[in-house]
Amino acid sequence: MRNQQATNLLFELSRPGRRAHRLDDLDIDSPDVEHLIPDEHRADQPPPLPELAEGDVVRHFVGLSTLNMSVDTHFYPLGSCTMKYNPKRNERLASLPGILDVHPMQSEGTTQGLLALLYDLQNMLAEISGLPGVSLQPAAGAHGELTALLVAAAYFRDSGEDRKIVLTADSAHGTNPASAQMAGFKTKAVKSNADGLVDMDDLRAKLDDQTAVFMLTNPNTLGLFDSQIKEITDLVHQAGALIYLDGANMNAILGITRPGDFGADLMHFNPHKTFSGPHGGGGPGAGPICVRDFLAPYLPSPIVDKDDQGTYRLRRPDSSIGRVRSFFGNVGVLVRAYLYIRTYGGEGLRRVSEDALLGANYLLSKVKHIMDVPHGERCMHEFVASATKLKKQHGLSAMDLAKRILDYGFHAPTVYFPLVVDEAVMIEPTETESKETLDAFAEALFRITEEAGDLVHQAPHTTRISRPDDVTAARRPVLRWQPKSETD
Amino acid sequence: MAYLFHTDADRAQMLASIGADSVQQIIDQQVPQDVQLQRSLNLGDAAGELTLESEMRRLAAQNSSASSHACFLGCGAYDHFIPAAVDEIASRGEYYTSYTPYQAEVSQGNLQVMFEYETLITQITGLAVSNASLYDGGSAATEGVLMALASVRNREKVITSEAVHPEYRDILEAYLKNIGATLVTVPVGDNGDSSAIISAIDEQTACVLIQHPNFLGRLEDVTAIADAAHSKGALLVQSFDPISTGLLKRPGDLGADIAVAEGQCLGNPLQYGGPYLGIMACREDLVRRLPGRIAGQTTDRRGNRCWVLTLQTREQHIRREKATSNICSNQTLLALRATVYLSLLGPEGLRETASHCLRKADYAKRRITASDRFDIVHDGPVFKEFVVRDRSDDVDGLLRHAESQGILAGVALGQFDPSMNDCFLVAVTEKRSRDDIDRLAAVLSDAPCRSAVASA
Repeated sequence: MRNQQATNLLFELSRPGRRAHRLDDLDIDSPDVEHLIPDEHRADQPPPLPELAEGDVVRHFVGLSTLNMSVDTHFYPLGSCTMKYNPKRNERLASLPGILDVHPMQSEGTTQGLLALLYDLQNMLAEISGLPGVSLQPAAGAHGELTALLVAAAYFRDSGEDRKIVLTADSAHGTNPASAQMAGFKTKAVKSNADGLVDMDDLRAKLDDQTAVFMLTNPNTLGLFDSQIKEITDLVHQAGALIYLDGANMNAILGITRPGDFGADLMHFNPHKTFSGPHGGGGPGAGPICVRDFLAPYLPSPIVDKDDQGTYRLRRPDSSIGRVRSFFGNVGVLVRAYLYIRTYGGEGLRRVSEDALLGANYLLSKVKHIMDVPHGERCMHEFVASATKLKKQHGLSAMDLAKRILDYGFHAPTVYFPLVVDEAVMIEPTETESKETLDAFAEALFRITEEAGDLVHQAPHTTRISRPDDVTAARRPVLRWQPKSETD
Repeated sequence: MAYLFHTDADRAQMLASIGADSVQQIIDQQVPQDVQLQRSLNLGDAAGELTLESEMRRLAAQNSSASSHACFLGCGAYDHFIPAAVDEIASRGEYYTSYTPYQAEVSQGNLQVMFEYETLITQITGLAVSNASLYDGGSAATEGVLMALASVRNREKVITSEAVHPEYRDILEAYLKNIGATLVTVPVGDNGDSSAIISAIDEQTACVLIQHPNFLGRLEDVTAIADAAHSKGALLVQSFDPISTGLLKRPGDLGADIAVAEGQCLGNPLQYGGPYLGIMACREDLVRRLPGRIAGQTTDRRGNRCWVLTLQTREQHIRREKATSNICSNQTLLALRATVYLSLLGPEGLRETASHCLRKADYAKRRITASDRFDIVHDGPVFKEFVVRDRSDDVDGLLRHAESQGILAGVALGQFDPSMNDCFLVAVTEKRSRDDIDRLAAVLSDAPCRSAVASA
């Protein structure tokens, strides 16, 4: 029953002369193209795009869609990514014509409804984070990191301080040091201690008057809340440096604790994680940032303000770093985040985090009997197990486990991250999964540990493909389809 | 509650399995008391679906949009037609609720779409390699410059022109500020020729960033600038309009080394500026410097052709301290829409769309200037956008009047350049009917005047 129309490439389905989209004849008098575009600019022919009928196109892409696992179709316990249910009402409401078809260059007078929503969202994020200055502009989490570091750089430049070092935790997302690099900083990693928390001695040793920012993920990528947090932030502030909070794990602490209250000076949110924006196959997301008052003048332009008459206006902060993206930001993602926050309200958001904690700890209580969980009995919204022992005893690696679980109808957890755990398997169930699903997942994990040989080493067996050759893909890259004659 | 699952019975069983009395106890075991929030978040009460729906409909109705008005606004975001099949396919949960294809076996749909998207982008750019997309056209232009800086050793000068989108230049400035690169912005002469850019290129220049068609809709002499850059060992980054490739020579054909674009025009809604689609393609030999994700072809253990993320500093594997870009995502859903859009148009459809834009823009120019109040500022060819001067110097009043008549008539240029206070930019896509354009011309010429038109 294989659908060839899906697995063939568009270009292989193409037949000369086929055509889908057609405009009605032009109803105006106008010179020919040749009169309007000089020869030196005009192409002899249009690009060699595939030629298809509309039915071809639809069947092809619908067929391809069935080869994806997704939150709508499967449990997706991908640690650090918070793959929660994507509410359908948000899709409908973000697609209303007065939202979806608003042009970014319209005057403020014609966009008051949308600006009101964005203004409210700024205030909501300030309340959730405990940090009053908000920019909705960054287009992704990593983009938020970079933007916040540009803000920090501008602040230190204005203060006349030459601080060039950014500290990152060794358990951090790889984007942290990369963002620091892009903002012109040098990075140093601070070690984790045996408990998976910040090693205070190492932090003291690396903290000095060159330190600009310590980038911290809390709860960290092991799913642990760092109980030393006040001590860490006090120490960093005493050294004259700022604390940046990577907000990837905000789903664990909504209404329970606020980054601003535990000492963060800047942070980003991932609305596509915490506030249920669909991940879209890997994008779009957004990365709004929140900062303390004294950093707010440096935020990118524009931010939404409200004047005395109650009119919403776009404003450039006084010492703005400028822009990091054209126009306002990823508004479609932000609208969904707003709707999500409104759906729960203040008390409801705390319930979200409580249920995320409950689900993760429940799954941990099951998984710890199946494989090692190096960092203990409790976690926040996710936890990291290790396949080291299974690998030694049964030859079952984290990769095998991830591939085999696909056969049981579950998306794999994140594997081999964070780097501080050997054979890491990072599991985040989120609050939108039932106890039955979590039970079934734990049961599947257990059954896999009883399996051996090719059954696990060659898994998955039920998917259209299995164990692609990544090495050849990188060594001899084939990055586009080309007609046969060009590839011979 | 909203999207939660657990019943009281579930909770009791789960807590028993965990060995905890309550969720609060689980929190107390990890989060120090002195940082716990002692009140509820002040975000108002929960709102049900029905309430939110009626509120949002009211709120949406307060905005004008390309649905309620005839939209002649451009500046890098355009009201092009989106065929129904694009929405239909992109609204499938298998696409929009999936994630980064970390597990290739259960992401072949997204990976193949990325590979097809990359191929289509190489076809419209005439360059050998494309990534799987970046945030938007503005940040993509900056990433192109960063990529050029990393590729050309020991050079720190970046040249751009005032004819490049002002917001793109703002992004470039913000990114370059801390990394020891020098940005030189060349003013545009009235005749719009390239001599100023060409004479600014020297042995210290890493790259030149231009836009063609440029911010004001005019055509640049890309080949001459490319030749000048190459003769000094610099690279050319061209920001282009994907729709224009239906008629105009492609960046690769003109000598660009790196091409970047805003891909919103390819089947993506306006959404007040985002999410959008940053397009980037480059020459084959620059591929290892290309930021963002890339999908490539390989085979699986059974010998089947398949697709994977490749050459990737995946989020977890980024060369932490050596990165020239921190981008670890792409805009898959928007890239999917662009892929479906270009598949539906095909070569003839793209050519037809481009020529409708071109010819309707020309018609609009002629209709608007039938009134003495308006001049077209530049001679010479434009693609789908052009600058109109209001000789009564009341652009804001004029545009407000047009809004009241159901027309978004153009973008006031004074906000970008005070010397253009009496000018506005008009964009015409294939969606604008003859009637739309006739009404635009009529509304503009009948608009109340702050002052009498200065005699010519």
